[in-house]
Amino acid sequence: MNSPPHFICTPFSLMACQGLASGETLKSLKAESETLRKKLEEERKKLHDVELEKVAEKAEALGELNMKTRRTLKGHGNKVLCMDWCKDKRRIVSSSQDGKVIVWDAFTTNKEHAVTMPTTWVMACAYAPSGCAIACGGLDNKCSVYPLSLDKDENLAAKKKSVAMHTNYLSGCTFTNSDMQILTSSGDGTSALWDVESGQLLQSFHGHSADVLTLDLAPSETGNTFVSGGSDKKANVWDLRSGQNVQSFDTHDSDINCVKYYPSGDAFASASDDSTCRLFDLRADREVSIYSKDSIMFGAASVDFSLSGRLLFAGYNDYTINVWDVLKGTRVAILFGHENRVSSLRVSPDGTAFCSGSWDNTLRVRQEGRGVVRELKQGGTTPYLKNIFLFN
Amino acid sequence: MTIRTLRDYGQHYRPRMACLKNVEVFVVEMQDPKSGVKGADQKLNVTIIPHVINGQDILAWIVTKMKVTTEEAQAFGTMLVAYGYIYPLQNHRKLVLVPDSTLYRFQTPYFWPVQKWPAEDIDYAIYLARRNIRKKGMLEPYEQQHYDNLHKWMNPKWDFIVMQATEQYKANKERKKPDRVVLDCQERAYWIVHRPPVLTFDVVRRTNIFLTQALMRSAVKSSVSLTAFVKFVTTHHNHDPFLTTPVPSNPWITDSDEFWQLNSRSVDIPTKLSVERWVLSFWELISDPRGRVDFKLFLKKEHSAENMAFYEAAEEMRWGAASAIPEKSQFIFNTFLKPGAPRWINIDGRTMGLTVKGLVVPHRYVLDAAQTHIFLLMKKDTFYRYLKSPVHKDMQKRALVPAPHVFTDAQLEANVRNRNPGVSPILQWQQEEEEKAAAAVAARPIDVKAMVATNKLDRK
Repeated sequence: MNSPPHFICTPFSLMACQGLASGETLKSLKAESETLRKKLEEERKKLHDVELEKVAEKAEALGELNMKTRRTLKGHGNKVLCMDWCKDKRRIVSSSQDGKVIVWDAFTTNKEHAVTMPTTWVMACAYAPSGCAIACGGLDNKCSVYPLSLDKDENLAAKKKSVAMHTNYLSGCTFTNSDMQILTSSGDGTSALWDVESGQLLQSFHGHSADVLTLDLAPSETGNTFVSGGSDKKANVWDLRSGQNVQSFDTHDSDINCVKYYPSGDAFASASDDSTCRLFDLRADREVSIYSKDSIMFGAASVDFSLSGRLLFAGYNDYTINVWDVLKGTRVAILFGHENRVSSLRVSPDGTAFCSGSWDNTLRVRQEGRGVVRELKQGGTTPYLKNIFLFN
Repeated sequence: MTIRTLRDYGQHYRPRMACLKNVEVFVVEMQDPKSGVKGADQKLNVTIIPHVINGQDILAWIVTKMKVTTEEAQAFGTMLVAYGYIYPLQNHRKLVLVPDSTLYRFQTPYFWPVQKWPAEDIDYAIYLARRNIRKKGMLEPYEQQHYDNLHKWMNPKWDFIVMQATEQYKANKERKKPDRVVLDCQERAYWIVHRPPVLTFDVVRRTNIFLTQALMRSAVKSSVSLTAFVKFVTTHHNHDPFLTTPVPSNPWITDSDEFWQLNSRSVDIPTKLSVERWVLSFWELISDPRGRVDFKLFLKKEHSAENMAFYEAAEEMRWGAASAIPEKSQFIFNTFLKPGAPRWINIDGRTMGLTVKGLVVPHRYVLDAAQTHIFLLMKKDTFYRYLKSPVHKDMQKRALVPAPHVFTDAQLEANVRNRNPGVSPILQWQQEEEEKAAAAVAARPIDVKAMVATNKLDRK
């Protein structure tokens, strides 16, 4: 049973909620906002001394990339909504619209575990760092952790643990550096950090003015921040310890569907419904690159970087995957193959391949190079909650 | 002849369709009588249908207009059909663009998926009224405010609004529950963005605090941070399997998992590429499990293993279960921090004072200051000594450069059949935990009295 959530009141929240001081009015506060905003813009402009394209001229050009589907995982009965890799670089967990969560050994394409959630639209799933558990959630507003077992016949649902409780659908979840903590994002506009064992809320993050659709934990040595993106077109960076919003970027024109950190932790990329992907520099505090093309008109649903950070893989709602040269800003390749929207895309932990899950009920593992293409079917795809079409 | 696609005309919002504005502009250009796709009258069965276009012409037009490859144009054309901008005349269930003489027509704008009209007050009033019916009068305070305002100045139209709301409410009930929930979420999000709650003073204050803090934070010049990105990419180029073929081979391509075996945590001799990666930064070294093993070996020789042990213990506490915090903090204090502790770590007096004081009421971040100090110590000093040490230099010499696999087609087929299932991560985890426990026992200080008691030191 979860203890009732208590919001950790930071000194800043208390400051903000105090009554109006003498001489302050809503109008004067708003005027102060404007002045501060202008000042911040000026300061940032001073530091903006060069564009990424110019600096990237030094980087050597990429050769031609020839990517093929190496595995097709078929087995989901409905759209695949989310997927995650295990740290062992070969196992994958995927969740679909019909409530099924499947753990695959993508290398052999065997299904290892399957769980049927009591809810449909399982929009978020994550693999624990130890490889011994998975977390998932969706329309049930909860995030549940299922410990995995070596016994194939064991009913995993029996050991299920309800960890997170939100007041709206769960859009994203990830374990932190251990199996003991989970970070979740929800349609109720908040993100939260939970203790798995007790289900206690450790920290909550308020600041988005609409649904939070995605989050990613920073890979850097300090490991203290995470970035979230929402329907309010903003991408916010948060401090895990204090719950404070430390940086905010709002240059997108529409909902941000996915955010991912750059491998060094000093930047992050975002994918949005405005059909662009963008790169944000955290140290210079600004957007540095936009990855878009006139011929790409449909929303981007998911992004991830290759190991060196040179390539950005992005899955779109027009069933394609575009591969971008992060430094030079050009598109390196366009990949076809899925028969419906690409809902989620992740590069494996050692960068040897990437997997894309789609609404066509399959997952595809792709890699570069020549070789015999093998068809393995399994997988499911689940579409994003937002994309329901009442088509006949 | 028009073919309808099912749409709910009661709900006029169409959130998250920002991209379709561009698509619409494109479709309008396609229909231009002079520069668009050429259409003609077509006889189908008995009727003559005007403005019919064929798949081939559509494709050719897209290729020229967008300057893309045929494959891309094909994909985009299929999107236009799937979204209902163009519809096929004969096979209406199959919504793809076929680049031959298959016939299509442009859908009339009324049926286009995006709502061109801006968020109307009437639509919002209907939405709120419907929400009122559903929630039986329990609206959010700002929604209630909006509702009251709209009720005041839209009073004459109110009957119409309530009637529409009731109709939509009834129609909604006929949908499946998950679909209803989903649409409700979409609609709610749409109105949150288009009719945001009025800013109250505490929200504005919060914004001001955020902006003030942002001004106080130092940012770096673009030239510095962007050069760092380029440097990162260049140094990691050889380690990226998408840019440099991994040796001996990429497991996903040849179905041989030797690459993973050679880079595993328990391997005796690591690969040259791994060793090169460890040199890049301290973080790379300890992030790679095999690298961490090597570093610990070096520390053992230097008799300064307590730093790494403290770092790991502090990490465990920070990311561990809340219930384990009191016990762990006690253990860490006794082992690393108290005066005369068996594995006493050398940190400056001020940090030590703060940490010990904090441990009175331990919380998961109480060791942050000490941990950062130790981490920086290892990063700036120990790491460089490690790089110059014989342990590391020896490893560099011995590191393997596996020969790239050359498989014949027959061998590749065999590889597919004999894919190695590998070790389950659960088993590996259990193994690692056992090793950790054994190491913890070994690292414990020798209790002389206990040994005498069990006669272990007995020289007879």
